[in-house]
Amino acid sequence: MLDIAIRHERGNFLLDVSCSAATPGVVALFGRSGCGKTTLVNLLAGLLPAQQGRICVDGQVWLDTSAGINLPTEQRRVGYVFQESRLFPHYSVRGNLLYGAQRQPGANTGAAQFDEIVDLLALAPLLTRRPGGLSGGEKQRVALGRALLAQPRLLLLDEPLSSLDAARREEVLPYLERLRDQLRIPMIFVSHQFDEVLRLATEVIVLDGGQRVAQGDLSTISRSAALRAIVGPQALGAVIDGWVQDNDNSGSGLTEIRVGHGTLRLQHRSAQSGQRVRVQLLARDLILATQEPRGLSVRNQLRGTVQSISTDADSDLIEIDIGGATVVARITHEATLELQLQAGLAIWVLVKSVSIQGHTYSRPAAPAS
Amino acid sequence: MTLPGEPELQALHLSLTVASRSVLLSLLPALGVAWLLTRRRFAGSTLLDAVVHLPLVLPPVVVGYLLLWLLGVRGPIGQWLEQWWGIRLVFTTNGAALATAVMSFPLMVRAMRLSLEGVDTGLEQAARTLGAGPLDRFFTITLPLMLPGVLAGAVTAFAAGLGEFGAVITFVSNIPGETRTLPLALYSALQSPDGDALAARLALLSFGLGLAGLLSAELLARGLRRWLGR
Repeated sequence: MLDIAIRHERGNFLLDVSCSAATPGVVALFGRSGCGKTTLVNLLAGLLPAQQGRICVDGQVWLDTSAGINLPTEQRRVGYVFQESRLFPHYSVRGNLLYGAQRQPGANTGAAQFDEIVDLLALAPLLTRRPGGLSGGEKQRVALGRALLAQPRLLLLDEPLSSLDAARREEVLPYLERLRDQLRIPMIFVSHQFDEVLRLATEVIVLDGGQRVAQGDLSTISRSAALRAIVGPQALGAVIDGWVQDNDNSGSGLTEIRVGHGTLRLQHRSAQSGQRVRVQLLARDLILATQEPRGLSVRNQLRGTVQSISTDADSDLIEIDIGGATVVARITHEATLELQLQAGLAIWVLVKSVSIQGHTYSRPAAPAS
Repeated sequence: MTLPGEPELQALHLSLTVASRSVLLSLLPALGVAWLLTRRRFAGSTLLDAVVHLPLVLPPVVVGYLLLWLLGVRGPIGQWLEQWWGIRLVFTTNGAALATAVMSFPLMVRAMRLSLEGVDTGLEQAARTLGAGPLDRFFTITLPLMLPGVLAGAVTAFAAGLGEFGAVITFVSNIPGETRTLPLALYSALQSPDGDALAARLALLSFGLGLAGLLSAELLARGLRRWLGR
């Protein structure tokens, strides 16, 4: 369990955040630049002197200003991966990896664990090199390995991908997914890119102006007004989880994914039967129909029931229950009136396969209700 | 190892001794002061900065005079040193080394500060999160990364120390075999009517020494930078 209550004032900026989250898991801190994400992470690491608050990680109190407890950074055992990798230029990759491992009293960092991490992050070919000659993606993988080998109680990832271009980001993201799925280390992942959050997070905390404005699982947060205010109407879209169905006999090149009561077909590179997949359906990509549509090229038709209708700016947001999962569609107010949409109405949701992106996700989820 | 009858070699040997002792003497204090001035904000830091830089702007004779006043046989510190420890600095090689150290101290501090400012504190923070305490961080991260600056400071101070004149002659006088370093020997040779040839040889010696010092410093710095992965 992660318990955080922090009040921190600097100039006229006030960070005031209280939250708790289950461990292990990936808590994403999401928000615009300047919302206090990095400040919060530095307070968690103890790199910023705390003014007032309490931090408790899996029963160990790191900070309690009212009780006069403030564990110095070097004793907190946080694994911190910075935006810029901050590798030590005068150590080899191996030296960097071992720096933290050699400083953990009583921690069992045997050769087996070293090999495991090197293997997990594919670092073997880099071990004898100096950080100066590595690419951005390689640097961040080494930084990850270095943090992990220090046997952290909590892994802090402060926008570890933001200094990388799209291709390098794609090179590191799968490793982060593997960490989440294979190691049981609580992680706090800071990002201002929702697609990263989508791929990694089990829980999301949305920060705005130094305040926690929303917290919850990804599906709930993906539909929240707090997130909408940050990502903007274009990027709004419900995140839903599904399972890959056996699709050997379809032969269509599309992967069938079970979501709610229905099935989504989408292009996915490497999905295997039974695997969990996380999908975001952008609100602007969804088409609604009050009758079962025929003769359309659209591959995906999901049956559902209108849950709620709200007006946002110049259009309407329709939340639709598709059987244990909720999606949200953005349509014009005119369309809402013409289709006579109202809560409880049965409806078809249409979405093109090519506009859906799926991400495999192997942590077992809570059973679907 | 004095070589009577060979005043050049004697002066060379003394110059090298005085310069290396002065570097050894000032290395640690300079490192401490550079660290304080770069990494700590405290009341009086500006004053400390000014005091450290004084030898750069004062006439060397004034520094020598101040040392004489403080550390002379009847000076407040000199008296105490002699009574309790039996250490006498005036008219000795060690005194010459001290005067040289004071004169080259600002050069050393400046070089070290410059390199310390170039060390990314983010790396120290990273070491902290990995479990390294303050001393551990200093010796494994900060000091190795500022080594080129420490080296540059030491070499500059050494080279300057070979030629220190005013403060030395004022504080410890010009005694053959004890305090008569290269520049003092050169000065003495110029004062004597038949010393022209000796003066020329001494000047040539100083010239070669300076060049060799600068070249070896550059080679060392190159090697260090490669080792640091820059």
